Amino acid sequence: MSLLHPGDCHAFEAGGRRFLYLAPSAAVMAVDDVSAAVLDAVALRARSSEEIVSDLAGRFPAGAVDESLDELVKVRALRRVDTPARRPAKVLPLTPVPLSTMVLNVTNQCNLSCTYCYEYGEDKIVQTENGRQPKMMTAETARDSVDFLLRESGHDAHMTFFGGETLLNFKVLKTTVAYATEQAAALGKTIDFSMTTNATLLSPEVIEFLAEHRFGVTISMDGPPDLQNKFRVFHNGAGSYDVMAPKVKALIARHRSRPIGARVTLTKDTLDVRRIYQHLTEDIGFWEVGFAPVTASPDRPHAFGDEGFEQVLSEFRALAQDYLAAALEGRHHGFSNVRETLGEIHKGASKAWPCGAGFGLLGVSTAGDVALCHRFAGSDDHKLGTVRDGIDRVRQTEFLDSHHVSNKTDCQTCWARPLCAGGCYHEAHTRFGTTNQPNLHYCDWIRGWTDTCLQIYGQIAQVNPEFLQQFEDANEAPQPS
Amino acid sequence: MKHLSPVNAKARRLAQALAPVDPAPAAASSAKEDVVALCVPQQPTQGPHIPLGCSTVFAPGWEVDRTGGTAGLCQPVERDLFDCHLGCFWPAQVPDQLNHAPDWTKKCAAAQKDWRKLDVIFP
Repeated sequence: MSLLHPGDCHAFEAGGRRFLYLAPSAAVMAVDDVSAAVLDAVALRARSSEEIVSDLAGRFPAGAVDESLDELVKVRALRRVDTPARRPAKVLPLTPVPLSTMVLNVTNQCNLSCTYCYEYGEDKIVQTENGRQPKMMTAETARDSVDFLLRESGHDAHMTFFGGETLLNFKVLKTTVAYATEQAAALGKTIDFSMTTNATLLSPEVIEFLAEHRFGVTISMDGPPDLQNKFRVFHNGAGSYDVMAPKVKALIARHRSRPIGARVTLTKDTLDVRRIYQHLTEDIGFWEVGFAPVTASPDRPHAFGDEGFEQVLSEFRALAQDYLAAALEGRHHGFSNVRETLGEIHKGASKAWPCGAGFGLLGVSTAGDVALCHRFAGSDDHKLGTVRDGIDRVRQTEFLDSHHVSNKTDCQTCWARPLCAGGCYHEAHTRFGTTNQPNLHYCDWIRGWTDTCLQIYGQIAQVNPEFLQQFEDANEAPQPS
Repeated sequence: MKHLSPVNAKARRLAQALAPVDPAPAAASSAKEDVVALCVPQQPTQGPHIPLGCSTVFAPGWEVDRTGGTAGLCQPVERDLFDCHLGCFWPAQVPDQLNHAPDWTKKCAAAQKDWRKLDVIFP
C-alpha cells in the first residue's frame, strides 16, 4: 500500500475557487470539491488511497474519490512516496534556434551618471572606458550587425537599440534603420525597431524619426522629481527630471502608433511603487510602466536586502489589485509586470532557461562582439562570437548545456521554476560572480509575486475570460486608442 | 478529466494528452496482447500485425542461427546480444564494438554460457 503526498505543484485560491499550478507542466487547473478534499487529506501527512477513500466516505462516493486520485496522480499533483521525484528532462536544441531579437549597444557612453548603473558602477563587467571597446559603434559595424541579424533570424526580426545612452549615437541609429529596412525587404523578412533611452536627448527631429519608423520606445524613468533626481543625475550631479520630463510628454503626444512604456529601477530608497505609477501614467502619460529592482552587489548602499524585497512585494500587490479591478471591467491598466506574468501563465510557459539570452536574444557590443545579452555585450567571458564571424556554436551549446534549469539543484523543488528558471544571468553574475547560479536571494519574492499573479489570473479566468484573449497569440500589448 | 478543469492553454493540452485513446474497433481485441516497442503513449494498433525483424526474411534468428544451424538461436534471451544485434540489425543496447569497445565480447565465447563475463562499459 503506497502512500500519497502532495506533488510538484502550488495550490492557490481565487474568487472563492481553488486552483492548482502544476510545476512539471505549467498547467493551471481548477479543482472541484472532491479533489479539494483529497488535497486537504494529504496536506499534513502522506496517506494511502484506501485511507483517503474511507475518510471521505461520508462526503463523496468512493468511485469519485478514486477517479480524483487517479487524475491528481496523472497530472503529478499527488506523488507516491515510494516513487522518486522525476527530474525535468534536459533537452538542448538540436538545430540552432533562430535569432529573434538583437540588442545593439550603439554606444557605451552616457550623458547621465546614474549612481546605480550596472554599466559604470563598481559592479561593471565590461571595461568600457580606456578598454578595447570603442565608445561609439561605427556605421559599418552596425551594418554588419544588421546582416548578422537577418542571416540568423527567422521570418520576423526585432532590432533593439541600446546604450549607454542610445541617442548619443543617433547618427548611426538612423542610417542603420534605413539599411535594415532595405535589406529586410530584399530578403522578404519583416523587421521592427525599438529602443531604450533616458529621454534627455529627444529632440523634435528624433521624435519625428521614432514616430515615422514605428519605434517601440522604452524610457528609463524613476518617477516624480524627488525620486527621478535621486539617482538619475547628470555628470555634475544635477537631477535630470526637468530636462527629460517635457521631452517625454512631447514624444507621447506625437508618437501614437506604438505604446510607450516607462522602465523604473527600484532601489531600497525609492520604493513608492504606487506613487511612481500614478505619476508616470497620469502626469506624464505613459501607456505602461514596468518595475525592476536594481541589480547590485548586496553591499552597495542602494541594493535590496530581504526587507526591501518584502516591501516591493507588498507595493506590487497593492498596485496589482488595481490591475485586477481594471481587468475585471475589461479596462486597460499599465502595470506591465502583471501583464507579462499573466501572459506567461496563460500560455503555460515552462522555461528551460530563464530568458532567451544566448540563443533567441543576443547583445552586440560597440566593437561588434556578440554576447549573451546587452548587459554582457563587450565582456570577453560572455562572448559568443562576432557579427562578422557569426555565432560560435560550440560555445553557445556549452552555455545552454551548463545553464539549463535542470542543472540548478535548488530550483528542482520550487514550484515557480517554470516561470523563473533561476532568474536573470546578469543579476546572478553581479550577486554571486557567476551566471550559472540561481538567484537565491530573491526566491521568496518570485514565489510571492507569482502567487499574486496566479490569483489574479484565476479571478480573471472566472469573471472576465475574454480579457485573456489578448494573450492568445500575439506578444503585442494592447494598443493605445 | 472530471475533477480537474483546465484553465490555461497548457492545462488544455495536458488534459488532451491524458484523455484515453480509443483503439480502432477492429484491432480492439488484439491490442491488449500486442507488443508495442518504445511507444508512449500507445498508438492504436493496426491489424493485421506484421512482425518486423529477422523472422520476416527468414534470416538467422528464430528459425536458424547465423551459421545455418540451430545451436545459436535467439533463445535464450542472452543470445539476442549477438544475433539480433549483429545478424539482424536489431537495435540491441550494446556498446560500440567498432570504435569504442572492440574487446567487449572477448571473454564471451558462447553467450548462453559466458554472458556474465560481458563487462560494464564506461564512456
